[in-house]
Amino acid sequence: MTLAPETTGLKVRLRLTDGWFTACGLHALLPGRGVAALLPDGGQVALFRDREGGLYAIDNRDPFTGAAVLSRGLTGTHLGRPFVASPLLKQRFDLATGRCLDDDGVRVAVYEVEAA
Amino acid sequence: MTATPAHPPTIVLVGHGMVGQRFLEALAERGLTGTHRVVVLCEEPRPAYDRVQLTSYFSGRTPEDLSVTDLAFIEEHGIELRVGDPAKNVDRAARTVTARSGLVVGYDVLVLATGSYPFVPPVPGKDAEGCFVYRTIEDLLAIEEYAKSATTGAVVGGGLLGLEAAGALKGLGLTSHIVEFAPRLMPVQVDDGGGAALLRTIEGMGLSVHTGVGTQEILTGADGAVTGMRLSDGSELATDLVVFSAGVRPRDQLARDCGLTVGERGGISVDERCRTVTDERVFAIGECALAADGRVYGLVAPGYEQAETAAATIAAQEASFTGADLSTKLKLLGVDVASFGDAHGTAEDCLDVVYSDSRAGLYKKLVVGRDGTLLGGILVGDAEAYGTLRAFTGSVPPVSPESLVLPAGAGAPAQLGPSALPDDAVICSCHNVTKGSIRGAVTDHACTTVPEVKKCTKAGTGCGSCVKVLGQLVTAQLEASGVEVDKGLCGCFAQTREELYEIVLALRVTSFRELLDGHGREGARGGDGCEVCKPAVGSIIASLAPAIGASGYVLEGEQAALQDTNDHFLANLQKNGSYSVVPRIPGGEIAPEKLIVIGEIARDFGLYTKITGGQRIDMFGARVEQLPVIWARLVDAGFESGHAYGKSLRTVKSCVGQTWCRYGVQDSVRMAIDLELRYRGLRSPHKLKSAVSGCARECAEAQSKDFGVIATSNGWNLYVGGNGGATPRHADLLAQDLSDAELVRLIDRFLMFYIRTADKLERTSTWLERLPGGLDHVRDVVVHDSLGICDELESLMRAHVSHYRDEWAETVNDPEKLARFVSFVNAPDTPDPVVGFVPERDQMKPDLPLLSIGVRRPSEEDLLEGSTRR
Ligand code: SRM
Ligand SMILES: Cc1cc2nc3c(=O)[nH]c(=O)nc-3n(C[C@H](O)[C@H](O)[C@H](O)COP(=O)(O)OP(=O)(O)OC[C@H]3O[C@@H](n4cnc5c(N)ncnc54)[C@H](O)[C@@H]3O)c2cc1C
Ligand code: SF4
Ligand code: FES
Repeated sequence: MTLAPETTGLKVRLRLTDGWFTACGLHALLPGRGVAALLPDGGQVALFRDREGGLYAIDNRDPFTGAAVLSRGLTGTHLGRPFVASPLLKQRFDLATGRCLDDDGVRVAVYEVEAA
Repeated sequence: MTATPAHPPTIVLVGHGMVGQRFLEALAERGLTGTHRVVVLCEEPRPAYDRVQLTSYFSGRTPEDLSVTDLAFIEEHGIELRVGDPAKNVDRAARTVTARSGLVVGYDVLVLATGSYPFVPPVPGKDAEGCFVYRTIEDLLAIEEYAKSATTGAVVGGGLLGLEAAGALKGLGLTSHIVEFAPRLMPVQVDDGGGAALLRTIEGMGLSVHTGVGTQEILTGADGAVTGMRLSDGSELATDLVVFSAGVRPRDQLARDCGLTVGERGGISVDERCRTVTDERVFAIGECALAADGRVYGLVAPGYEQAETAAATIAAQEASFTGADLSTKLKLLGVDVASFGDAHGTAEDCLDVVYSDSRAGLYKKLVVGRDGTLLGGILVGDAEAYGTLRAFTGSVPPVSPESLVLPAGAGAPAQLGPSALPDDAVICSCHNVTKGSIRGAVTDHACTTVPEVKKCTKAGTGCGSCVKVLGQLVTAQLEASGVEVDKGLCGCFAQTREELYEIVLALRVTSFRELLDGHGREGARGGDGCEVCKPAVGSIIASLAPAIGASGYVLEGEQAALQDTNDHFLANLQKNGSYSVVPRIPGGEIAPEKLIVIGEIARDFGLYTKITGGQRIDMFGARVEQLPVIWARLVDAGFESGHAYGKSLRTVKSCVGQTWCRYGVQDSVRMAIDLELRYRGLRSPHKLKSAVSGCARECAEAQSKDFGVIATSNGWNLYVGGNGGATPRHADLLAQDLSDAELVRLIDRFLMFYIRTADKLERTSTWLERLPGGLDHVRDVVVHDSLGICDELESLMRAHVSHYRDEWAETVNDPEKLARFVSFVNAPDTPDPVVGFVPERDQMKPDLPLLSIGVRRPSEEDLLEGSTRR
């Protein structure tokens, strides 16, 4: 596994237990569309940017199917809050809290994220 | 002085089934749970659940989903619910009930709601391993387990439950047989004609039906397990599993043992207030009761009414149960079957109105009195009109009965909406809710949506068969009250898809943001839209791209963010996160060299290959980062995208036609290729499918397509609005004997008119049925140009055709777009480790650790691919 270091421009960083981790350049994030990044421990995170420039990071694994695909879902705004809909069975997850909007009992991990 | 009793009076309920639970709710509504101690003895290992929907367990509903018991309700009302503790005996002199656990409870009022047990005919071998009944969740779990090691199953009994059980066995992958003693299926509900229609359809689904024969013996092997059955005609049927579904009998043993009167054929005798005729302190309700009219009811609706009656009587209110309607509507194995009122025409002097089309598996009969009163009827194959007809039963409908059963097209069918119903018409028979109460929910209780009305009136929360009529009534009432019914696309747009199309076209709006900020709902402007409107608007802009000056390339700029994941990666997402690749094979015609290229690519990338139902080849299991490399090779070999991912033209299937076939009268392959190449890449509200057959034998199945073409000796016949899938529909003939040019021109107009006016994710079949005026209107517009828009429709199509470019060819030549095809933005060379495969039948299949945190509950409107909640 090679993690390509980013060299220019603003970076998207997320906070892991042992400090900040640089995932990619900000330019790699298309507003309204996600990307997945590999974490040092082999885990996966889904990163999103909304049209206002807000950044979000949640676990990439879709808890309903087990596939690592949340980064490929459609994003949107529901009652003023940002969400992503799983591309497989369409359950929606609040990007800020990780809570599933269609099933109270389910949530995915969220990460603190910033552009620096 | 009044004596205050030390203990509140006690009500003991024996049996916590559907009716028992309803009785508890009726007690609570009348405040009786506050003044009484309520003890419930429940035999099954779980509280009351929805037995009516039992079979939906096999389509993914979990036992928890089926529960009808809200534990918060039980707790809040202080009800002592003893799960898994049945009553063993009743001492009426001492007024006590003893439970299996040894608990003895004294009662002031005892209510028996013990339901039924499945009747198992006393044939030798009936208790062998592999014999089951079909009544409880435990029965289903046992059948499911046993079926794992079985290949064939047989159901004894071709009634309502028997057919459900047979459907379940088929769903478990077994070859299924139905053995029915009577000469027809569902002997109780339908007559000979209906039984015949049902038989044809069910046999057509691959189930074997044996009517007019009884089961004589269950045959077993050396290990004591079922191996087959011997039938009354002497024949033997090999089977690994038998489900008995030969009727039910009331569970009245407890009552018999304590000396309560039971009917000759079983059932605890009760009076009109549901009190046993023997003991005024004991009531019986539901399937265990023999009602005052001498019948035992095997349906929930009468049971609910009895529960209400008993609770009212205990509360010293007036109520009585004197009999109920036996109407039923079911979807058995996907076939609609309904019977209502006096279905068999037993009333004196009544007349039948029958419509029957055995080829289509349709049978409809109405029973009408001399004075025109609708008395009852039977519908098989199409029960659309059930809700309305049932509600009209007992009155003279405002239009002639014939017009209510004739199919669309055969003499204009009456559009008799539920608005024509009187207020006292019962709309929901499960919960006995009238049209008046539903209107009241809207006018007096301020309900504005169907879910609110359901909650408020309970209508529609039973078998669900009335929900459609319910929706129509709610909309009609809201409109009548002057409330604007929200027909908007989603939470972001108040316009329909059709209105948005007009806005985009007229104002040449080329971006989603512009449309949202300028025309979205107040609160949604400036936001990010949602998963419903983004792809819908993306599709509108793509359909109109050349006309409004937008880029036709779906990965360009903002367009990329609007696409469903499939369009975003120009491939179809599979369950483990890998993708499938479908190159276009126009008309299904492919040269050997191209077959070899596909074979080589599949081999080199280790892909699973399969011939699709659309006459082409699908390669599964590609990882995102492999897609560009695979496509570079395909593009090189002259392939282009097959748009298996898009809401756009899929395939135009063909038969071999005149060139080779001895019957063919036109070159169907050439026409199919021409049509596929003309309409490829056309983005539309839903996918579009087509086929061309070389003669009336119709080997290409054109009549099941959105637009289908069949050759005649004079040219082509064009059929539109056909559909396979979950709700199949035969296409309607739009025009006959067309020349090549006339055919293409008509299809151009038809498709563009559909794209312009259809709702999102609405196939041509549903669109055609929804459009006011239906086929005739479409013919007026596209054949006779009644709206004067045909020139515009044609020019829009010309623009599409001339601007078409292959998406994959464009993508493999664009490094910036290619950079998106990686599993990880920060590790472009690392494949997603979650995507794994295991071998199967010389190829491979996805390997995914099964997560079971719950299956999403199916709701009425969604769950097909691409369908999202409104
Ligand atoms: C691959 C294929 C099955 C096969 O192995 O043969 C297939 C596979 C899928 N079908 Fe299909 N359908 C395939 C032929 C059909 C056919 C037969 C036909 O076209 O002649 C039908 C019935 C005809 C019809 O559409 O009227 C069919 C009716 C459906 C439906 C139901 C549509 C409806 O209106 O009820 C869906 C669900 C939907 O579109 O909402 C669906 C959806 C799907 C999806 C897209 C479901 C999904 O999201 O995973 C499947 C994805 C394909 C993939 O990943 O590549 N598929 N599907 C067939 C591809 C044909 C092709 O070459 O493009
Ligand atoms: C597969 C299937 C499909 C059906 N489809 C329909 C349909 O479409 N429409 C329709 O109207 N009806 C349908 N029915 C019938 C419907 O389910 C019954 O009419 C309804 O469940 C009757 O309710 P009940 O409470 O009287 O009996 P049940 O729901 O059978 O409940 C009786 C309960 O009492 C318990 N019990 C018995 N003896 C004792 C005891 N001594 N102590 C404690 N507990 C005891 C039993 O274990 C059971 O749990 C269907 C039934 C089945 C099995
Ligand atoms: S539809 Fe007619 S022409 Fe085409 S293959 Fe069948 S029989 Fe031959
Ligand atoms: S008729 Fe069964 S839910 Fe309304």
